[in-house]
Amino acid sequence: MKLLRCAAIAMMALMLSAPAGWASQPQPPPATDGFVAANDLPPTEQLPAGPFVVGAYSCFLVLMVGYAWSIARRLNTVEKEMRTLEQRQSRGSSTR
Amino acid sequence: MFLKVAWLVLRKDIAIEVKTREIFYTTLFFAVACVLVFSFAFVKEGVPVEGAGVGILWIAVIFSGNLALGRTFERERYGETIRALLLVPAPRAAIYLGKLLGIVALMSLTELLLVPMVAFLFQAPLFSWPMHLLALLVLGTLGFASVGTLFAAMLMRSRTRDVLLPILLYPVTVPVIIAGVLGTSALTQTPADEPMATLWISMLAFFDVVFLTLALWMFEPLMTE
Amino acid sequence: MVRKLFTPLVVLTAAMFAYAPIAIANAPYESTMLLVQKIFYFHLATWMALAVAVSVCAVGSAMYLFKGHEGADRVAFAAAELAVVYCTFGLISGSLWGRKAWGVWWQWDAKLTMAFMLEMIFLGYLIVRKYGGPGSEKLSAAMGIFGAATAPFIYKSADWWRTIHPQTSVMKTLGKNAPPMWNVVWFCGTAFVLLFLVLLALRVGLEERRAELDRLYLEAEA
Repeated sequence: MKLLRCAAIAMMALMLSAPAGWASQPQPPPATDGFVAANDLPPTEQLPAGPFVVGAYSCFLVLMVGYAWSIARRLNTVEKEMRTLEQRQSRGSSTR
Repeated sequence: MFLKVAWLVLRKDIAIEVKTREIFYTTLFFAVACVLVFSFAFVKEGVPVEGAGVGILWIAVIFSGNLALGRTFERERYGETIRALLLVPAPRAAIYLGKLLGIVALMSLTELLLVPMVAFLFQAPLFSWPMHLLALLVLGTLGFASVGTLFAAMLMRSRTRDVLLPILLYPVTVPVIIAGVLGTSALTQTPADEPMATLWISMLAFFDVVFLTLALWMFEPLMTE
Repeated sequence: MVRKLFTPLVVLTAAMFAYAPIAIANAPYESTMLLVQKIFYFHLATWMALAVAVSVCAVGSAMYLFKGHEGADRVAFAAAELAVVYCTFGLISGSLWGRKAWGVWWQWDAKLTMAFMLEMIFLGYLIVRKYGGPGSEKLSAAMGIFGAATAPFIYKSADWWRTIHPQTSVMKTLGKNAPPMWNVVWFCGTAFVLLFLVLLALRVGLEERRAELDRLYLEAEA
């Protein structure tokens, strides 16, 4: 069980390090140049794409880390309850 | 044997319904109330919004169908007759089929009155393609009721069955509802798009086959304690 | 066996996710959508992993329903929860992309509607599990099977309805026209599926501990 939890934490740490690796990458050129052929709108009226891309990827990170954290938390609750139960049982058997 | 059991279950439900007419009247009244409520939202300055009639028709059908499903199985539960039904030495799928046909009959009766009413109140040209409309309504009702009967039967044991039935039923039957609504609006728009409606009818038939097969296949293990 | 495989799986997944941003940044630009197309790699990968999640859930549900495997039920439950998580991300990433490409956050187009429906089905699954009371396992199993039965329709819906969402045939032409992009797509898809397996193992582990706890409670009562 301990192994599982360690693994989960390790995975989270690795996942957190992923965007750092991305940030150090040469950033792609801004989306605004050479746009005209693609769309009817002039470049000034285009929404910048950068925030959307970053938003999507950070959203994924938040969701996955959040989910892993929620599993870990629920696991902790179950383990705690189990320990309480065991304690209660051992106390019950010793008094009997 | 299989069909005979289904027929007997259906006849039992019809006999009860003919005697009391409880579900028919309540469902119909509910459907009419639905239409009335929606008319406030979709009639602007005395003229109905274009295409509103179709949507209202299907919403009324689905809502009242949900009510009929709940009531039918509530009656079985209240009389504790479902256990007796399940104890019958016959294939469970036959019992399912009988219940399903009973609900389809009830919903069709409601629709029989609902369709002219919507056509009358919302000036919807529903009767320009009667056979297509009939196919859409029958197949749509069958698709909705096939999943609905299965879920309502399973939910009988659950305490929260009233809330859970629509929660489970609507998302699963969304394809049927989409096909029904879009098919009917293809018929009522001007000019009517007949090939489109036929496409939706075949889609509905496809869904009915999938849902019915799955439901018949799953009813037995689902109803076993 | 599962326990022995778990650690290498985690390491592999983490390594793939560490490399994925580099691969995506290096992938060639799509000619009409440019930078925003980069969302595509994670967006499509999400749906790939979701397809796996839905299939796992359906198979687990069917095995529980027809064979009575308790373990299969736990796997199906875990897969359904993950399906909700993945579907949520798929909808969010699609929405962000749509805002850039179509100018709106949400479009009532065939594929979006159907994806929303899939999310609702699996949320329904979880709700039944939580509030259904006794016998809810079977009910949710039926929900899982029905959800999987409509999933192929969702996949093909964009082709049939001719809406603004790109068609599924994009995948086929991409392999021919842009092999580097194609490779990145598959790389991300594999990474997502692996991550799904890791999370599934964790989630099933949690469910097993819960079952163990229930058993202990029953023993204590007796």
